[in-house]
Amino acid sequence: MIVDIGELTELRGITVKGEVLTIGALTRHADLLRSSEIATHAPLLAEAIAHVAHPAIRNRGTIGGSLAHADPASELPACMLALGATIVVRGSGGEWRIAAEEFFIGIYETALSSQELLVAIELPVAQKHSAHFFHEFARRHGDYAIVGLAAQAKVSNDIFADLRLGFFAVGDKPLLAKAAVRLIDVAVTPAVLAEAVQTLDDELDPQEDQQASAAMRRHLAKVLLARGVAALLDRPHLNPGATA
Amino acid sequence: MTAAVPISLEVNGERVEAHVLPRLNLADFLREHLHLTGTHVGCEHGVCGACTVRINGEIVRSCLMLAVQTHGASVETIEGLSDSGEIADLQAAFRDRNALQCGYCTPGMLMAAQDLLRQKREPDREEIREHLSGNYCRCTGYQAIIDAVESTARARMGRAP
Repeated sequence: MIVDIGELTELRGITVKGEVLTIGALTRHADLLRSSEIATHAPLLAEAIAHVAHPAIRNRGTIGGSLAHADPASELPACMLALGATIVVRGSGGEWRIAAEEFFIGIYETALSSQELLVAIELPVAQKHSAHFFHEFARRHGDYAIVGLAAQAKVSNDIFADLRLGFFAVGDKPLLAKAAVRLIDVAVTPAVLAEAVQTLDDELDPQEDQQASAAMRRHLAKVLLARGVAALLDRPHLNPGATA
Repeated sequence: MTAAVPISLEVNGERVEAHVLPRLNLADFLREHLHLTGTHVGCEHGVCGACTVRINGEIVRSCLMLAVQTHGASVETIEGLSDSGEIADLQAAFRDRNALQCGYCTPGMLMAAQDLLRQKREPDREEIREHLSGNYCRCTGYQAIIDAVESTARARMGRAP
């Protein structure tokens, strides 16, 4: 049975209260793309949304739908990991909250039971010294990624005070890469970055499909890590693949 | 067990009352019930863009909506945009630039292109590409379509196309 929840207006909308940005589950991609609150308080999400499908899809698709669907190649679940989102769930037993890291379980699989509805997401608003990076490799703009990275960081004096790397299309669910730990609170040198890339390599378990082999995904994820770190620190020369 | 559901909507400016099964998608409703066959059905899962229509002024995939969800809405198809003359210049530009060969994607292309031109008076080629990125064409190689949209935008700005 399908129940159309499209008319539940209480589930739609974007609000900022204190340090928390709340997005209703039925907020459409098109609404997020046009929202000044999203652009100001979650610029990573604003950038990522432009890569979610195409205009005709963004006019109907919602953030709640995308997250509950949990396609491991989609952009928004990885953004939720990078942004440290909290997912708000409602069921007959009331309302509860779950960290995005625990919400995504596998391909099209989440912590939601069949009796529960994802009603909203809560994001911490972007702080001073925040930096973000988003890039995906896709055959066509708007297609599901071959590999993608959504990253959120706090950078102070050229050092990562915090770094959250959300990779997508690299496994059965979005990956919050532990490689980030190697880069926090240290001066990032090419050697440190190489170690982080190695750590990423160890934690990746990409799958093969008609778009890419596992080896190609592994390679592209490592390319994205180097590219992302160089961009976040605004040090282009850190990226070994960059042209001078 | 499933009974037809009454719906009331506007299609190309005309009131339509119908009884439809809840599982009937909008593309099939338009084509088979209303005989508006300009809306084409390609992939039937939202990827190819051939079934693009306008609902309450916004483009959507008619294969990804159920007809019952359009109750109370205003639906515009390629027939509506064509008959009203809204896109006569865009259609002429497609013809002049050879922006179609088999024509299967053309209704969806025109819907998406007109959507862009309503939002942005003079998009650059990259913006045109991006806005049409959800519409597959297997004949033209796209360049002529971009040309046609670009020249229409220029003509609407009162410049030489």
